[in-house]
Amino acid sequence: MKRRPLHSVLLYTAVLFLAIFTLAPLVWLVLMSISTPTDLTTVPLNWIPSQIDLSRYAQLLNINDGSGARFLAALRNSMLTAGGATLIALIVAIPAAYAFTRRGAPMILLFVFLATIMMPPITYVLPLYQIFGSFGMLNNTVTLIIVYCALLLPFATWLMKANLDVLPIEIEHAAFMEGASTITTLRRVVLPLALPAIAATGMLSFLVAWDEFFYALIFTSDMSAKTLPVTIADFAAGRVTDYGVIAAVGVLATLPPAILAIAFQRFIVSGLVAGSVKG
Amino acid sequence: MSGIGKSNEKWILLAPAITVLLLITALPFVQTFGQSFTDAKITALDRPTLWIGLENYIYALSDPYFREAIGRTLYFTITSVGLEVIIGVGVALLLNQAFRGRTLMRALIILPWAVPTIVNALAWRLIYHPDYGALNSILLQTGLIDNYRSWLGDPKMAMNMVILADVWKNFPLIAYVALASLQTIPGDLLKAAAVEGARPWKRFRAITLPWIMGPLMVVLILRMIEAFRVFDIIYIMTRGGPSDSTKTASFYVYQEYFNYLRSGSGSSYAIIVAGISAVLILAYYVGTRQQNNGANA
Amino acid sequence: MTKIKLLTAASIIALSASGALAETTLHALFMSQAAYSEENIQDMTAEFEAANPGITVEMEFVPYEALHDKVVAASGAGDNGYDVVLFDVIWPAEFAERGFLMDVSDRIPADLTDQIFEGAWTTVEYQGKRFGMPWILDTKYMFYNREMLAAAGFDAPPATWAELLVQAQAIKDQGIVEYPLVWSWSQSEAMICDYTTLTAAFGGDLFTDGVPAFAEGGAKQAVEYMHGSLTAGLTNPASTEYFEEDVRRVFSNGDAAFALNWTYMNSLVNDPAESQVAGKVGVVPGLGGAGHSTASAVNGSMGLGIPSNSPHADEAWAYIAYLADKSVQESYATLSLPIWKASYSETAVTDGQEELVAAASKAIAVMYPRPLVPSYTEVSNILQSNIHGALLGEVSVDEALTEAVKRIERIR
Repeated sequence: MKRRPLHSVLLYTAVLFLAIFTLAPLVWLVLMSISTPTDLTTVPLNWIPSQIDLSRYAQLLNINDGSGARFLAALRNSMLTAGGATLIALIVAIPAAYAFTRRGAPMILLFVFLATIMMPPITYVLPLYQIFGSFGMLNNTVTLIIVYCALLLPFATWLMKANLDVLPIEIEHAAFMEGASTITTLRRVVLPLALPAIAATGMLSFLVAWDEFFYALIFTSDMSAKTLPVTIADFAAGRVTDYGVIAAVGVLATLPPAILAIAFQRFIVSGLVAGSVKG
Repeated sequence: MSGIGKSNEKWILLAPAITVLLLITALPFVQTFGQSFTDAKITALDRPTLWIGLENYIYALSDPYFREAIGRTLYFTITSVGLEVIIGVGVALLLNQAFRGRTLMRALIILPWAVPTIVNALAWRLIYHPDYGALNSILLQTGLIDNYRSWLGDPKMAMNMVILADVWKNFPLIAYVALASLQTIPGDLLKAAAVEGARPWKRFRAITLPWIMGPLMVVLILRMIEAFRVFDIIYIMTRGGPSDSTKTASFYVYQEYFNYLRSGSGSSYAIIVAGISAVLILAYYVGTRQQNNGANA
Repeated sequence: MTKIKLLTAASIIALSASGALAETTLHALFMSQAAYSEENIQDMTAEFEAANPGITVEMEFVPYEALHDKVVAASGAGDNGYDVVLFDVIWPAEFAERGFLMDVSDRIPADLTDQIFEGAWTTVEYQGKRFGMPWILDTKYMFYNREMLAAAGFDAPPATWAELLVQAQAIKDQGIVEYPLVWSWSQSEAMICDYTTLTAAFGGDLFTDGVPAFAEGGAKQAVEYMHGSLTAGLTNPASTEYFEEDVRRVFSNGDAAFALNWTYMNSLVNDPAESQVAGKVGVVPGLGGAGHSTASAVNGSMGLGIPSNSPHADEAWAYIAYLADKSVQESYATLSLPIWKASYSETAVTDGQEELVAAASKAIAVMYPRPLVPSYTEVSNILQSNIHGALLGEVSVDEALTEAVKRIERIR
């Protein structure tokens, strides 16, 4: 199908607009993080920095610097919290999803799962704070992992179920014929086939956990458990004379999820489309 | 082996999930539900909690300010998710065409989604800054405005600026889902329709749209639930101002609990929000089911 | 000196006597930008720890909004909450009604009352009891750019709010700066502070005998004044989005001639590294209102208290006593002035900030409190939302205030 020149022009213009719309804020964020404080306060703005200022990155990545230590600790905490919550959510969601798909668990239960996340999360903060407080588990990464897991579970289960639904059931039947138990079937047959779905669910869950702010704000108090979003809010709340610091922190905080997202990108696509592929 | 206890097996498989949810969300949910019929307050003193029936609910629903907040939240949800769908599907259609650099574009689109909510909120707040923001600068330098102006301080604009930030972050999700399902449409179907003289828009409405609606539903419902209970981005960008123009329903829940220390009342607000959310989802679900059934007939 | 150290000494003696100086870790909650800098507070704490081996203090700094939220949440944490918390002057009524803070009236020696300013004591008092030790004595001052005033022909700052508008108009007309006035009028407590200052100046009342009184008189005049300065183009329109840091920034960049702000701004606007107007800044108390007052000030102080569920009350009190100690306060007096009357004649405090101290002596005497009601947070939220609407021109001042009264009467 040969394309008419006008069609080409329109197409590439649209692509250009898309690129600008998608990347402009990010590019600007990066530029802000390497611009000098004076550049950032000129009216109108100097879009290209008069000189590259990498000092903020040097500070944030330096464990011996106050800000650096806080940032790196928060980075570590976020990775542990989001990673841990995602892992546990997957381990718990997959069997549950399997129960809904292949073992006839009542769908109404799945809707009850979903209903739990319709409540604004604010509602649960105080009761959970009291419960964990009484166990002395406040300001603890494990506490956040458990709470996040509960927040991630409903959608993770639903997504996995939708994906397991479309897996060819014959292979599982074959496995049963050969006397395989459910666990073995899950491990040897279903999981390998469902890898894209698991990757997608994992990715989604990780991003939601990495993002979470309010629970982390109320539950954590110091560097041993404070996650990135809370630390970033702290940076932004103090006596800020340099907006570039906020930008630099933002860029660094975006890198881990961005790298993961790009790496798992094709899985996300296929994992989210389940349940509809006809033919 | 497969016959023994198969019906009980599902409960074993479900056990971990049910346990986690029971402890973390179900129990507090029940406590919240029960509390919503009382005048419970957050206090360290011994204070008898009285049953007051539906008083909290009546107060909340007869409060014109809360009703406004619900209205605002609906506006936020519908506009935000609506724009995400329009932009997302549009982007997907674009990325489904063949052009140079397509693979790169497809990979880059995921970036806004990967930006953490707080970074997104702060970045856009800087962009909207009345004195040093990039938005003001661009508009001034391209001659679209004469003077720098306030964006997040203008009650007529603030909510829309927050929506823009939210849409920017979330459209990639819709785009990816739409793109993937676009790729499953059999080429012959569209070719046949073109041969029969169906114009592009007609082809889109009759074939493409119904085809992708199914998979889109999963992520749409997720986005609607998230949008209706939006809190974090408001807390960081505007805290409900200016002049309450960005105060959403979740913010009322937050206020009742944390600012006014009325846990009974706060619970009722939370249940109302959850209830409206559920109705929204149900309506959407039923609506698309009907549409799908009609289209597939 | 000996008398004042008595507070700390008494606490230490009590501690050692009870043998409670075992390994203790205190959890203290502070605000990220409360007058003192984080470094200041960390230094003070290090000194305390050195003098009290066996006690370690874990400090947490949070944004202002989160401070209230965390104190509320921590009340339900049993033994694992905080031992020392910083609280705002507007919270004792609410906290006392709910038993969040310990009544420490008995821990404060009686002779201390006269040594500390009255305005400081109201920060921690409710219904005759004291729920903490005042620590930050703060109010808003009127900072002005001497150079800009001189260029417009004024050799002295205005004495009343009406004069302020006159001077601002002249400065604007002569093209010295486009918006001479800048304020922190975002929909937040910061705006209520400015509003209260003006109300006090105009002889108004926010509440009388627990009933809203702000829909008429001086308080109404205050809102009309604020709105008027916006429509006259004298107040920077972005003020309705600004917080205190924005006010400081705009003033420090030379983009405003007048700014109302807290004590901490004084040293920062005179620091060449932080400000482009260093050395040109004058400071006076909040202005007067013709026929009502010669100066006005809002009580923006903060105190340190012990949450009622803390298991280390004695150690916590020793820490609080140390931080509030006169000599400690005097060594960190550039970002926050001491609560002790005698400090204001000490060179350690006045050196380099004579003008501020002079202004403080007048301002502290007229500090006006925001309503001391347990439902203050709700009252404030309602006022914020309605007044903001009036400032933005969405509703008339009358409508906004009447609406606010109605909503406040509906509070449960």
